[in-house]
Amino acid sequence: MSHSNNDHNDNHGSVKQYVTGLILSIILTIIPFGMVMMMDDPGVGVIWAIYGFAIAQVFVQLYFFLHLDGSKEQSWNVMAMLFTVVIVAIVVGGSIWIMIELNQNMMPI
Amino acid sequence: MLGKLTLEAIPYHEPIIMIVLAAVILGGAALVGFITVKKKWAYLWNEWFTSVDHKKIGMMYIIVALVMLIRGFSDAIMMRSQQMLASSGGQGYLPPDHYDQIFTAHGVIMIFFVAMPLVIGLINVVVPLQIGARDVAFPFLNSLSFWLFVVGALLVNISLGLGEFAKTGWLAYPPLSGANYSPGVGVDYWIWSLQISGVGTLLTGVNFIATILKMRAPGMSLMKMPVFTWTALCANVLIVAAFPILTATIAMLTLDRYLDFHFFTNDLGGNMMMYVNLIWAWGHPEVYILVLPVFGVFSEVIATFSKKKLFGYTSLVWATLVITVLSFIVWLHHYFTMGAGADVNAFFGIATMIISIPTGVKIFNWLFTMYRGRVEMTSPVLWTLGFIVTFTIGGMTGVLLAVPGANYVLHNSLFLIAHFHNVIIGGVVFGAMAGITYWFPKATGFMLCEKWGKRSFWFWITGFYLAFMPLYILGFMGMTRRLQHVDNPLWVPYLVVAFIGAVLILIGIACTVIQIAVSIKNRKQLQDTTGDIWGGRTLEWSTTSPAPFYNFAHEPQVSELDEFWEMKERGIEQEAKKPYAPIHMPRNAAAGVIISAFSLVFGFALIWHIWWMAVVGLVGMIATFIVRSFNYDIDYYVSVEEVERVEREGRERRALPSARTPNDTVVQG
Repeated sequence: MSHSNNDHNDNHGSVKQYVTGLILSIILTIIPFGMVMMMDDPGVGVIWAIYGFAIAQVFVQLYFFLHLDGSKEQSWNVMAMLFTVVIVAIVVGGSIWIMIELNQNMMPI
Repeated sequence: MLGKLTLEAIPYHEPIIMIVLAAVILGGAALVGFITVKKKWAYLWNEWFTSVDHKKIGMMYIIVALVMLIRGFSDAIMMRSQQMLASSGGQGYLPPDHYDQIFTAHGVIMIFFVAMPLVIGLINVVVPLQIGARDVAFPFLNSLSFWLFVVGALLVNISLGLGEFAKTGWLAYPPLSGANYSPGVGVDYWIWSLQISGVGTLLTGVNFIATILKMRAPGMSLMKMPVFTWTALCANVLIVAAFPILTATIAMLTLDRYLDFHFFTNDLGGNMMMYVNLIWAWGHPEVYILVLPVFGVFSEVIATFSKKKLFGYTSLVWATLVITVLSFIVWLHHYFTMGAGADVNAFFGIATMIISIPTGVKIFNWLFTMYRGRVEMTSPVLWTLGFIVTFTIGGMTGVLLAVPGANYVLHNSLFLIAHFHNVIIGGVVFGAMAGITYWFPKATGFMLCEKWGKRSFWFWITGFYLAFMPLYILGFMGMTRRLQHVDNPLWVPYLVVAFIGAVLILIGIACTVIQIAVSIKNRKQLQDTTGDIWGGRTLEWSTTSPAPFYNFAHEPQVSELDEFWEMKERGIEQEAKKPYAPIHMPRNAAAGVIISAFSLVFGFALIWHIWWMAVVGLVGMIATFIVRSFNYDIDYYVSVEEVERVEREGRERRALPSARTPNDTVVQG
């Protein structure tokens, strides 16, 4: 118990950080929203752009709200995050691949 | 009022079950009576049930696991005798309806309620001591984990006397496990026992990751961590990554059964193959959750008894990390035959063969550790040697099964059954026995009787080979798994040999029970007064046996891998001369027991569709948790006088004769 509870130097962020994060998130939401609303016939390019803005926003929120960064205190959180992303990608991607193959082989039309 | 529950739920018409029930009730009543007469209830409640001490929780895990081992083994020997009697046209003594429940219960019990608690129990007892901590990161959560696991085990046992257990095989594939084909309560018992104990397992995973990452003694960098702690860390990472998949999959099956959803049904867009896919995405990492920690056990045992540093510590750690990641890319090999194309099968087949490489690295680590060491043939070493030989054979048959073409011939045959028993018995069971024998003195203060331990080993290993080698042959001859009866006289001789093997394993288990009884009886002669009975290398051996409840009077300072060995080389410093400081410790907590009791009510009510009772259980769990979170009196300081008293007693014990000292080569008892 003794050497566990003494380090309370976790970064909980400042008001400025949260406001910056909020504004950036709003901008990154409005742009793709506008792209869809403004265009009569949104093409494939727009869909990729939406993916891009969504991923950018994930990083914005991870950095400004969850305070993940390259600092030493955050290294375990960053590592846990990366591990989770890898495992989720493997399980979801693998499942999709397997189920598509099954569909092709087992459900002939 | 009572949902589906009526008096009909008691299986009066099954004489075997009624006799077992009568024995259980009489035995239980005798135990309760004994405890009451001896006035031990308060002691049990205060010192054990509400304890948050990781060593006591670990011991309770192992005790429950050994009790469940006897239950799971009874199922095994019933199956072996049934198949022996009913393979040349006879019907045997177990009707299909009962036989199906038995093979399901056997699998569920052996994996979830024997292998898991043995491994988690050892992790509980050993890891905080190995890293020089005084308890786990979240002691109350640890107690809650244990009691949730007990509720899961209780539900499985309640199914014996009220209703039925699942007849679906241990992973309850739909559509067989769906509401249409399994309308009874059996699958619901399966669902809720796994969900409730699964929450406990997940909490254990979180707890031990936090403990190992945040509570190591000063100076213990990751690469100075003992190997067992490393493997425990990787196993707990796997728990946190994999168990949510199991929980979600079973939750979807629950929705299918209770609320007429169609995730895994044949019609309305459901796809039961998705269930098989998801359950094995959990199921394969689960195999490594079980086996990685016992790899750690063997590493500690073999280094200690060879009186050598572990050969290739760094390679062993990296092999463990590689297995941790690779264990997530092999799950399809459990269903090669489901119909994915050649490219999918080839990918997962090759990935499976690759994962055997880091495991092979470990085998060489252990062999080279023994090479030119003075290996002492104690019973933990015998279990380790038995493991190395047996596990290698199991690994090779596994690689054979990883070839998709061969798998098409062998899938669901007894060859597969022989393979996974080969790795689970040869790996997890042997490892748990080695670990229990090795750390028993640290937990209790006396060692287990070596004579009975060795007898147990020899019966287990000969029994194992007799029971499972014929199954490999039967697999090649075309016998599939889960057959209640069949008419093929050619198979009978092999099934007779397999039955004899099961009887030898029974004797092995009996030897372990006798070993524990004899050791408790002779605990004075078998006591470990040195605290370092085997000549250990890691920190747990630096404190007294049994370890005081606060583990270490002074926080250890670590500068080397195998720190305690280095300390002994340097000459142990005069720790006693340093002044003691008050020690911060967690208080015992009843909330874990109470929340779990409500979860039992909750699970039982859902199984029998008693909705008002389910509400009582749910509200009870949440309310207890809220009340608990307003309890601020959860820790205290052990006074300096108390520490001094305990430490003085420990020093006085050192003057008493010990059953063995670190330098002994001959073991008494």
